[in-house]
Amino acid sequence: MKRIFIKEEVCMGCRLCEIYCIVQHSRSKELLKAFKKENPRPLPRIMIEEKGSTSFALQCRHCEEPYCWEACMSGALYRDEQTGVILHNREQCVGCWMCVMVCPYGAISRDLREKKVASKCDLCGGKDPPICVAKCPNEALVWVEIK
Amino acid sequence: MEIVIVGNSAGAIGAIEAIRKVNTTLPITVISEEPYPVYSRPLISYLLSGEIKEDRIFYRSKNFYEKQHIKTRLGRTVTKVDFEKRKVELKDGEKIPYDRLLIAMGGIPFIPKIEGVHLSGVYTFTRLDDAKKLLSILPSVQRAIVVGGGLIGLKVAEALRKRGVEVTVIELANHILNLTLDETASLLLEKALEKEGIHLMTSTTVERILGDRKVESVHLSNGKTINAQLVILAIGVIPNVGIFKDTPLQIDKGILVNERMETNLPHIYAAGDVTQSYDKILKMVRPLPIWPNAYHQGKIAGYQMVGREEYQYEGGFTMNSIEVAHLPIISIGLTQPPSEDGYQVFKKIDRGTNTYRKIILKEDRVVGAILIGEIDRAGIITGLLREGLSVKGFKKELLKNPFGWISFPKHLRKERLGKPK
Repeated sequence: MKRIFIKEEVCMGCRLCEIYCIVQHSRSKELLKAFKKENPRPLPRIMIEEKGSTSFALQCRHCEEPYCWEACMSGALYRDEQTGVILHNREQCVGCWMCVMVCPYGAISRDLREKKVASKCDLCGGKDPPICVAKCPNEALVWVEIK
Repeated sequence: MEIVIVGNSAGAIGAIEAIRKVNTTLPITVISEEPYPVYSRPLISYLLSGEIKEDRIFYRSKNFYEKQHIKTRLGRTVTKVDFEKRKVELKDGEKIPYDRLLIAMGGIPFIPKIEGVHLSGVYTFTRLDDAKKLLSILPSVQRAIVVGGGLIGLKVAEALRKRGVEVTVIELANHILNLTLDETASLLLEKALEKEGIHLMTSTTVERILGDRKVESVHLSNGKTINAQLVILAIGVIPNVGIFKDTPLQIDKGILVNERMETNLPHIYAAGDVTQSYDKILKMVRPLPIWPNAYHQGKIAGYQMVGREEYQYEGGFTMNSIEVAHLPIISIGLTQPPSEDGYQVFKKIDRGTNTYRKIILKEDRVVGAILIGEIDRAGIITGLLREGLSVKGFKKELLKNPFGWISFPKHLRKERLGKPK
């Protein structure tokens, strides 16, 4: 299976990954509609960190032994048995933020737009490569086979 | 080999999911006193408040046991474990043999020995049936007393308030959540709760519950008497070890286990709120009745039972995430240093926005934190504590919001987030 890793030296902080992550998780899957018509606007599942000339984009690592899954008391987080990807069921989530408390990457955010729920990377539901990797103009996000 | 699990909550499911990752056919039997498929105990307050319906209380899918090939004995009570004959004995006479046994029986509410606790209208609040009972009597309740200002007490108080009940929380200590928060944080929360119309009475306790068969009022140690139709005892939970008293199983407050989740008896494992765990911050063995610890211990027990010995318990620590009175609150580890000696404390408070952030360090390592309001990326701090990483060089960054991996030394970030070598 493949996972996303960061090469911060070549990240330009252009935020294209974030923009296309929003589009990918919109209803229309179209840039203009996602940003101008969908209300509330979909949230990015990727986090850009920036300070001075350093920047990088971080998303869920889809851990083999995920702390978030252990801590999720509602049963909203689950593992896709085929792909090992850690997924989140919005309907089941109660917004208790246990996952926010335990994820060592800080890769789960709070979606406070309507019903309060957790929000995280779903690896674009099997898209190969995920959109953030595909749209990165400088290969600052890499899609790598792991064990 | 037959595996039997007594209990059907986080610890049990952690074990099942670990075992099934390794072995999909090994016979497993789950026994639980409660008749329900696995549900989330912490979610019963959401059911009481009306935030969720009953179908959402279930923690795994309806066909979980079937899919995982688990035999169940639900709604059946274990009366005894015959450690010599290796059999679990049920109240109805059935005896279930095991080769490996996991005790994951959880905790039970602590009931104080005060006059009137057996009156009708006095409840505890840890199980689904408790929530259902409360829902059924709600129409006849105008005033309720919640005894205990801990996590359960506050969640139940808030739920009752949302249902239109006048609620008073009685707390013995001088602040609510005194085991979880510090004074500053408690005060913030107390204000927010009062704004929601929840009454708080601290530094006092219920001396007597009065009534003729049914609760009519409570008499407090401060001399006051309050009328109420409902009293909820939420003083705390204790390990559910009753059936193991006077057996060879080693128990202190909870069942004692090693880093493999083994008890002192061969082939007997224990996990979750029924145990006592090594707290790696306080460096002592004590009950750690929190969901993530239960699941984690269950998982280790599961792996150990099927020979995956590399999975071991490295010690836990207390942590809680709770949202009450619209305030998200996360507390991790030691939130009030026992002395000024050797600890470094960083704090930032904004009373206007109800945000508070406190980080406690010892020898340049995070040993505790409180985050109120702005809780995003709290897990990074939890991770630092869990791993005992030195934060020398970026201590003050920990107080910032947003805070993230950008604050870390580059080598550490590359090691964690970069392509594995």
